[in-house]
Amino acid sequence: MPLNRKIAYIDLTTGDIQTKPIPLEVRKKFLGGRGLDAYLLYNHTKKGCDPLGPENALMISGGILAATCASATARTHVMAKSPLTGLLGSANMGGFFAPELAWAGFHHLVITGKAEHPVYIYIHNGEIQIRDARDIWGKMVPDAQWAIREDLGDEEVKSLVCGPAGENLVRYANVMTGIKNSGGRTGMGCVMGSKNLKAVAARGTMDIKIARPDEALEYNKRFIDQIISAKVNQTQGALGTPFIWGATNSWGGIRCRNFQYNQCEYADDIEPERIDEICTDTMGPYHMTGCYGCQVHCRAQYKIPEGPYAGKYDEGPEYTSQGAFGGETDTPRALTVLVGNHLVDQYGMDNLETGSLISWAMELYELGIITSKQTDGLDLRFGNDEAVIEMIKRICYRKGWLGDTLADGGIPASKKIGKKSFDYLIQVKGMSNLHSDERATPGLALNIATASRGSDHLRSRPAIDLYHLPQDVLRKIYGSPVPYDGPLSSEHTEYIGKPWQVFWHENCYMGVDCLGICKYHTTFLGATLPNFEDWSKVLYYNTGLEMTPEEIWQVARRGNMVERLFNLREGLTREDLEKGDMLNHRYFEEPCRRGAIDVVGRVIDKEKFIKMIDELYEHKGLDQDGMPKPETLKSLGLDKEPSHLL
Amino acid sequence: MAKALYIDYQKCTGCRLCELVCAVSHDGISNPARSRIRVMKWEAEGLYIPMSCQQCQDAPCMNVCPVKAISRDEQLGRVSVDYDVCIGCRSCVGVCPFGAMSFNAIDKQVFKCDLCDGDPQCVRFCEEKAVDFIETDEVATHKRRNAAERVSAAGKEAAALESQI
Repeated sequence: MPLNRKIAYIDLTTGDIQTKPIPLEVRKKFLGGRGLDAYLLYNHTKKGCDPLGPENALMISGGILAATCASATARTHVMAKSPLTGLLGSANMGGFFAPELAWAGFHHLVITGKAEHPVYIYIHNGEIQIRDARDIWGKMVPDAQWAIREDLGDEEVKSLVCGPAGENLVRYANVMTGIKNSGGRTGMGCVMGSKNLKAVAARGTMDIKIARPDEALEYNKRFIDQIISAKVNQTQGALGTPFIWGATNSWGGIRCRNFQYNQCEYADDIEPERIDEICTDTMGPYHMTGCYGCQVHCRAQYKIPEGPYAGKYDEGPEYTSQGAFGGETDTPRALTVLVGNHLVDQYGMDNLETGSLISWAMELYELGIITSKQTDGLDLRFGNDEAVIEMIKRICYRKGWLGDTLADGGIPASKKIGKKSFDYLIQVKGMSNLHSDERATPGLALNIATASRGSDHLRSRPAIDLYHLPQDVLRKIYGSPVPYDGPLSSEHTEYIGKPWQVFWHENCYMGVDCLGICKYHTTFLGATLPNFEDWSKVLYYNTGLEMTPEEIWQVARRGNMVERLFNLREGLTREDLEKGDMLNHRYFEEPCRRGAIDVVGRVIDKEKFIKMIDELYEHKGLDQDGMPKPETLKSLGLDKEPSHLL
Repeated sequence: MAKALYIDYQKCTGCRLCELVCAVSHDGISNPARSRIRVMKWEAEGLYIPMSCQQCQDAPCMNVCPVKAISRDEQLGRVSVDYDVCIGCRSCVGVCPFGAMSFNAIDKQVFKCDLCDGDPQCVRFCEEKAVDFIETDEVATHKRRNAAERVSAAGKEAAALESQI
């Protein structure tokens, strides 16, 4: 049964390992994955703990449906206090690790302490060992995984690793598995590095009994048919996430030159069709790959066609790498994006944070805030492809004054650079925004301002807002599983009804993250894709756990509230520019210069924006300072936290 | 004419859904160790090859079986194990040139692909048709056509190059 998967507590300082079953009462409150990780983080860390100290707890988990016959249950979640933001650290990735962990007997790991020398954790059919990783330390992300297979003499082992960036304590280092599956945001790889933990390897052949196998199989088939029939997933399955680049860039939703423009000119060279054309070695109609059990197969495969990295195999580049190493830095050249993507995959470094900080530094350089002495002579102007690639390397190895400075993250770097540099930093809660520009889309702006892990699109983005869906469709989506009869608008430039949409998506995304399902299988990019109603069924068929769609909604709300409680404990306030639910002043002051006619000239109206936050807080059951109301906590059963159930 | 599994590894995306549905439909359990089809992977090159039983005519597993528990079922085009006769000696596992005969250490039994009695679930779930189920004598026709297309494409490319010179 999926429900008999255990939790393990691993102390790297003492080598002590404890395993426990996960009580049904806890499952019903949090299901698993990110929701339960949030609960564990709140319970296993103390207020103000050092994110890089042994006291920080690193959670690794699969969702409650990991490896079951629900569709695309490949997601691995990683959580700790973030060394980048000092608030919630949380990252989620696909691949094959979480199912392997489940077959090895576990759903959740809580890792504390610091090993004396580099180690890795090996989990095999209920047994856990801490093994020497001194020979693996320093290795690139894929090489480290192959070295672990060799060490264990088993080609089927799946590992989560940190790369050189994590070892060098780059504050936004990834946790990775496979070639490019990345738990990319908030520096979870840096936490691994700080613990001398190079990897967690899993291998399992333990049965996971499906509660109602016939129903589970047939439902999976229907699920797949529904998902594959969505145009958005068909396109994604042929081109990968870069399929949205062209459309987003043409209406003006891409940050260019840090935040100076909302569109990248002459960007056809980084379109997926073009990359397909030049990477003849591996690209083509069948050269897509997918995560465990998923029929969307959204990852492209490529080999770099020329230059110093010619012939290197990698996967992607995703939409995010197009933006990070093409759009923001104004270097829209295929080779730059391919090489940039390859380097961050090798180093284990967040492409979004890296690209965003390089473009910020470029703007500062052009403004004279950063001098050529500080760049060690590197000509860090926009459009300089070599400078982008060089900076990626310098950041990973903390080379030169600027490389070392940027490796510490935006806010610490702004303090070191001084001279109004902070004003130009496009971040929320200390995490840089991805390459999207939200000035014309108030709903999306509200999402990045209030997301629990900082500026981010995967926590509450109402992405389908861009489709101008008719009222009856909006009512159907947003009026379930709990009723909503307030206003909704089909217009993406509007402020009306967006707080409910952001609230709804926040719970939808927490829901999939607890189940361990990918966001491409829910109401994220496709308006017709499954959510709460279907989850209630797949959960029952696969685990036997009976929960109504409303109960799953409550689980999601509970998970989000625990994340909020953690952030509030660590210093989140409503309007703080460094640790609050607030956007950089440029969103309110600098109008969009490019894009569609209804986009040019737009800024976020600050007064309306603040009203949206008021309304969102109301939906979430928070007071106007963003603190949970006592009755909200009581209704979610969170009035006695930390409650130490696990 | 019986049908056979036709695996086109170039279409495989490596998701291993075939393994999942194989194990769940046969045993009601998710565990790749129970799957009759397995995807072999070379992740560093992005190469994924699904492997399953070839249902050989002159099957080594059948020939080696000391108690004649393995036989060919011409109607379904498969080689199958009679568990009432099988003694679990695993000789068949040892001789199979494809590693398609496995031993389940939990149930203490050998197992192999049974083509799901004519409705292979791996085929039903594989949207890419990396695993397909077609008439045995059609397999070569398929391959021939694909190869001819490649020859034709190469010919056109060569002609284009020549005209450039």
